[in-house]
Amino acid sequence: MAEQLVLRYPIDGENFTTAGQASSNLKKVLKQLGVAPEIIRKAAISMYEGEINTVIHGKGGEAEVTIFSDELRIVFRDHGPGIPDIEKAMQAGFSTATDEARELGFGAGMGLPNMKKYSDELSIESTVGQGTTVTLIIQLR
Amino acid sequence: MKLKQVSEILQAKVLTGRPWEDIEVHSACGCDLMSDVLAFVKDQALLLTGLVNPQVIRTAEMMDIKTIVFVRGKVPQGSVLELAEEMGMTIMTTALPLYVACGELYQNGLKSKEV
Repeated sequence: MAEQLVLRYPIDGENFTTAGQASSNLKKVLKQLGVAPEIIRKAAISMYEGEINTVIHGKGGEAEVTIFSDELRIVFRDHGPGIPDIEKAMQAGFSTATDEARELGFGAGMGLPNMKKYSDELSIESTVGQGTTVTLIIQLR
Repeated sequence: MKLKQVSEILQAKVLTGRPWEDIEVHSACGCDLMSDVLAFVKDQALLLTGLVNPQVIRTAEMMDIKTIVFVRGKVPQGSVLELAEEMGMTIMTTALPLYVACGELYQNGLKSKEV
């Protein structure tokens, strides 16, 4: 599990136009590294949902991606309002997204459930008023 | 189904430039909820939607969806089309509403094939 590559992406809060650029870049990097297409898709979906969440809920933050030989770790950090009830936030359909996010086709309460579905491990640490850290692990083999 | 047939069935206009007639699609997803699209994993799928913002293109990119049909005659802004071109996608627009567009394609044999 030797560390191979660390990528850091700043995520602009509430900028819906640029949201997705980090995921797009990660997808290209994984392709260049020869990762299997179905694993790239899992990583791309998880990364994109996380990026959108960081924009909508975190008011911006950063994503740090570490590519090991056998797994991919993605950490999203924001200094947004935090999640008061993580269990509730994990329920499909539960959402606190703004109308703006909903108009773009998000905010249906599927972000975290999709991230859980497409990753091998998901953990959330959050403090109300301080921010949220979401960590995802995706096996590369 | 080839995109040429898709365009004929939907009487759709193609908005992007690269050769598209012979591209094959095996399934389709009609949806305005991008998170639902992200939960839908199919190969060589076509996306039909009424949303025209850049996140539709990003969502399609993540899902390896190469063809998007905008319904109800909607046409995205130039910058959205440019992003789609950059991704090598084919973009169409049809005057049909989402329900009818999906129904026409389904009736003509484009089912939602599991992978």
